[in-house]
Amino acid sequence: MAEVSLHKLNKKFDTTHVVKDVDLQIRDKEFMVFVGPSGCGKTTTLRMIAGLEAITTGEIRIGNTVVNEVPPMDRDIAMVFQNYALYPHMSVASNMAFGLKMRKFEKNEIEQRIKRAATILGIEGLLNRKPRQLSGGQRQRVALGRAIVRDPAVFLFDEPLSNLDAKLRVQMRVELKKLHERLAVTSVYVTHDQVEAMTLGDRVVVMKDGVVQQVGEPLELYNTPANRFVAGFIGSPAMNFADVTVSENGGHPVAEAPGLRIVLPDAVAARARAKLGRKATLGIRPEDIHLAGAADSAGHCFEASVEVVEQLGSEILLDTRVGAATVVASVDPMVKVRPHDKLRLALNPSRLHLFDAETEAAI
Amino acid sequence: MIEGALWRRWTFSYLPLILFVIVLLFPFYWMIITTFRPDGELYRPWNAANNMPFWTNKPTLEHITYLFEETNFARWMFNTMFIAAVSTLISLFCGVLAGYALARLNFPWAGSLGTLIFVTYLVPQTLLFIPLAEIIRDFRLGDTPWSLILTYPTFLIPFCTWLMMGYFKAIPKELEECARIDGASRWKAMVYIIIPVAVPGILSAGIIAFTLSWNEFIYALVFLSSPDQKTVAVGVTSELIRGDVFFWGSLMAGALLGSIPVAVVYSFFVEHYVSGLTGSVKG
Repeated sequence: MAEVSLHKLNKKFDTTHVVKDVDLQIRDKEFMVFVGPSGCGKTTTLRMIAGLEAITTGEIRIGNTVVNEVPPMDRDIAMVFQNYALYPHMSVASNMAFGLKMRKFEKNEIEQRIKRAATILGIEGLLNRKPRQLSGGQRQRVALGRAIVRDPAVFLFDEPLSNLDAKLRVQMRVELKKLHERLAVTSVYVTHDQVEAMTLGDRVVVMKDGVVQQVGEPLELYNTPANRFVAGFIGSPAMNFADVTVSENGGHPVAEAPGLRIVLPDAVAARARAKLGRKATLGIRPEDIHLAGAADSAGHCFEASVEVVEQLGSEILLDTRVGAATVVASVDPMVKVRPHDKLRLALNPSRLHLFDAETEAAI
Repeated sequence: MIEGALWRRWTFSYLPLILFVIVLLFPFYWMIITTFRPDGELYRPWNAANNMPFWTNKPTLEHITYLFEETNFARWMFNTMFIAAVSTLISLFCGVLAGYALARLNFPWAGSLGTLIFVTYLVPQTLLFIPLAEIIRDFRLGDTPWSLILTYPTFLIPFCTWLMMGYFKAIPKELEECARIDGASRWKAMVYIIIPVAVPGILSAGIIAFTLSWNEFIYALVFLSSPDQKTVAVGVTSELIRGDVFFWGSLMAGALLGSIPVAVVYSFFVEHYVSGLTGSVKG
């Protein structure tokens, strides 16, 4: 069991700076997810933790040891790769035994561990097969089994579910979560899928262009994103953004854009006052918009014309046009709406986000 | 397969194929028929009334017996086999290691070194044998099998290296990374994981290298002189063509028997060979 800490971690490939000053404490037994668009440096960071990529500057500690110069085999880690990386010429059992054989474990011990891991993963019947005789999901399990038998201090996952079809991915996601609860081993998981990040992570690191944007628990990222990028990346469908100007009206700061005039709630009012007359970005999630009713104050309502209606069964997504901006709203499935309808929508003021137009940081 | 009318299939598919097969197999047929024809038929003028160049009614084994009783043919076969096998093993060993290094170790100049090795493969043997002859003489290896065992790798190693380099590059890097996380050193990862996965590639390289050294002519002609040291290719042509007399029957018998081992090797490994050239790693 171990903590992993990254200190001022940097990675450069020739002239490209792919990981910039990453500082991070991964706690013992924590499931930490790195998420971000492709090329954001998350996989490179993971590979540096694994020891597969040299560190340009900075320090990585696993437990109390600085591992910068420690080869992968001595870091007490196990890694699951995106393409599973099963040894094609070995049976499932030999695949799982390989790491233990390399570490000179007793034959009995190896057999016991394989048996235990196979039972946990439900692959007892596959032990004599070759990888090419397995389905994608089974291969994934074997790859997991190979990591489990080693009983390492840290698990590393590099997009392990992205080669599976959508249904299997959801199923394996749940199993991974259960597995982590059962084994309670520090895990670092890289994905580009924010749903995976939200559902699996104890905490999530959002990265972009090699820089950590925000570290926090899933709901923390969802409720209080640190900047516009995190706000737009976390949550599905994505948050709506509108370019607004902050002004004051009747003692209250308001955000204005063509077709939109929103009175800012007290929570952001104080900070918004400092930005009077300046450009800002208003953010509101589709699920925080509803059809306006009697209870909604005029300062939180706006007119919208419906362009597309997406029926999802549990909700309806309305793609609407408000002035120059496109706003997606998630409304009750019982509502009857058709394209080209004019609607009056209201937003939940306490769920409103405001970002600086230049720095994109939350105000 | 070309779809469509019958004439179209015949013109663009069957006829060219049939022609190709005839052109390809005719020399073999000629070799076989000549081997079994008696001398009386072989040296009959082409315009003789009873000339029948493509068939014989009196097949004979006299040329084959002649080959084994009057020449050192068995000895030549052994020499060729020994030289081809040893030089192939040496070249495979070096080629696999060099190919792995060029494909996987990111040392400076790896790319240029790979190209350089390929360029050495392009130097024609007809030029290279002159300096090599000097070296062979200085090391007093002339007229021994070692003169060939040590010179064949000059073209076999670059060839094996290039073939293996391509094959190693096609093997997913993650396999090796996973092995190294699993506790294997780079050497062990290569021995236990990469090389077993690369077996089809190694077999293909081996078969081609074996064939190349089996069929090699110039070096064998230059470096070997005594009759009992010769290889099949040189022995047959130098001992069965005396002056301007061609012993066609025995010549063809020698060629036929000489090509059998290669054919056996090919057919034995053909499945691995094909998957090696197409570079498929399933898993």
